[in-house]
Amino acid sequence: MKALVGVKWVLDFSVKVRLKSDGTGADLAGARMSMNPFDEIALEQAIRLKEAGAVDEIVVVSVGPRPAADILRRALAMGADRAVLVRSDAPVEPLGVAKALKSLVERDGAGLVLLGKQAIDDDNNQTGQMLAALLGWPQATYAAELAVEGNVATVTCESDDGLETVRLTLPAVVTADLRLNTPRHISLPNIMKAKNKPLEEIAPEALNVDLRPRLKVLRTDEPAKRRAGVMVASVDELLDKLRGEAKVI
Amino acid sequence: MSILVLADHAAGALQPSTARVVTAARQIGGDVVLLVAGQNCAAVAREASAIDGVARVLLADADALAHQLPEALAALIAELAPDYDAILGSSGLVAKRCLPRVAALLDVMQVSEIIAVVAPDTFRRPTYAGNAIETVQSTDSKRVLTVRTTAFAPAGAGASAPIETISPGPSGDTRSSFVGRSSTGSDRIELGSARRVVSGGRGLGSRESFDKLVYPLADKLQAAVGASRAAVDAGYVPSDCQVGQTGKVVAPELYLALGISGAIQHLAGMQDSKVIVAINKDPDAPIFSIADYGLAQDLFEAVPELIAKIG
Ligand SMILES: Cc1cc2nc3c(=O)[nH]c(=O)nc-3n(C[C@H](O)[C@H](O)[C@H](O)COP(=O)(O)OP(=O)(O)OC[C@H]3O[C@@H](n4cnc5c(N)ncnc54)[C@H](O)[C@@H]3O)c2cc1C
Ligand SMILES: Nc1ncnc2c1ncn2[C@@H]1O[C@H](COP(=O)(O)O)[C@@H](O)[C@H]1O
Repeated sequence: MKALVGVKWVLDFSVKVRLKSDGTGADLAGARMSMNPFDEIALEQAIRLKEAGAVDEIVVVSVGPRPAADILRRALAMGADRAVLVRSDAPVEPLGVAKALKSLVERDGAGLVLLGKQAIDDDNNQTGQMLAALLGWPQATYAAELAVEGNVATVTCESDDGLETVRLTLPAVVTADLRLNTPRHISLPNIMKAKNKPLEEIAPEALNVDLRPRLKVLRTDEPAKRRAGVMVASVDELLDKLRGEAKVI
Repeated sequence: MSILVLADHAAGALQPSTARVVTAARQIGGDVVLLVAGQNCAAVAREASAIDGVARVLLADADALAHQLPEALAALIAELAPDYDAILGSSGLVAKRCLPRVAALLDVMQVSEIIAVVAPDTFRRPTYAGNAIETVQSTDSKRVLTVRTTAFAPAGAGASAPIETISPGPSGDTRSSFVGRSSTGSDRIELGSARRVVSGGRGLGSRESFDKLVYPLADKLQAAVGASRAAVDAGYVPSDCQVGQTGKVVAPELYLALGISGAIQHLAGMQDSKVIVAINKDPDAPIFSIADYGLAQDLFEAVPELIAKIG
């Protein structure tokens, strides 16, 4: 079975976003970019499934500008077999990405699509669900455990008050939550080996998808700043403030 | 204008988030219709019919909708969609896993986690872990939105809207089936709607300390228990306690952060709390930059003293 993994090129999680002063959005010039952390988890899971014999080929896909190829090379070094960059220099939205992924699934075939639960830049949390709908496949989101046996995936998912397990008949889309696994480190020999793995660049038109956004971002602002508070010297002083000043206890 | 709101319910009870989504729907304007979908949920529909500003409640009660699995639920909503200009859900996981599916079936781009309604087609939403606020306008003919419930006050409950039973739509998708559920700490105050939250981080050092310090303080304050990702990863608490960019977003009257450094991913889930208190032994911890009251002290001294001195 072939597994397809979607990876997004995003501002590194350890960097605080800088906004352009004219309200036109994030200033990413020179900023450290990396693979969306949830996608690394999704990819790690695909690699484990391959090691266990449930998957025989892993295709990683990113929809983004040319530098996004960096994370695809990283994915190849981690253990993916081949990579596809769907080239888009303008920002993309989940609906467009889902259409591109669907088109690749139809072109190349896949029994399982693994995505992250959310991209940490736009915080949309939509792409996996949209892709499942477009393909007419079942879905499991926020996966904390995943087991594949034959054409059945058993997925334990995070819910609002605990965990919920569902059984899906493949093909299906699964999105990864934080505690699905801990991604492996990439070794130097694997980085070298990855240089010979295929990385294809393709235009969205070749997939017959329209990536033009449906949402117009009118402006992007800083959030309201919290007023700086005070430091207290003792538990007694803290309780005084909470009772007298803040009146919250 | 007509708006369909997906009601949140669990264990036979309406969730408080629903009344908050109704407030967002009323700000968009138009007839607000609530959809209660599930199995044996007539009592939920009765509760829902009391929410102020609701014109009608649709009750879809069917085996195929048990556990509100997204495949069947999305198919039902997509079938109802032609009658509505906007479809709204909460930031709970049932809505979050279902509504993007609906949006794709309708070929519409969803706007996730709105915090303000600027115009019927224009909304504000946080991105980059709450470090940027986007104002976005939808160009689609229909809107699909999830609502960050902490940003909207709940609508009142004095109405009695008519309840209409509808046919439950397409039968369930047999390629997806429910196996089981394990819920944690159901006797505790629910984190998402709690008035007070006590959260613990890696600074607690062990599950035993978390049990010995965080829960008793929360009990004294009648507060819900939250945690940082580090505390969840270390196994101090179950994952549904995680507060943050990728966990729950809370905005209680009082948020107490114990042994939490204040990474941006954590702040994203609690920075709209009314009063923030931080106890951390490192006076330079970033959490102090957003705390109303900071105490730079060892929590193993401060917390037992707090527990003892709160009436
Ligand atoms: C994709 C992604 C998503 C994430 N999502 C979330 C999220 O949703 N929520 C979240 O919280 N994090 C999230 N994180 C993790 C986040 O970046 C931080 O790693 C995490 O919040 C740190 O948790 P912490 O503050 O408990 O631990 P630390 O950063 O290790 O801080 C522990 C603090 O405890 C203090 N301390 C230690 N001992 C004591 C003592 N005896 N008394 C008093 N203070 C003491 C220390 O001074 C320190 O400040 C995410 C990260 C990634 C990459
Ligand atoms: N541009 C993209 N290229 C590849 N995969 C993506 C892209 N955008 C989103 N995804 C996938 O969809 C998941 C959810 O993203 P989102 O719906 O944007 O929060 C991510 O974790 C990725 O796995």
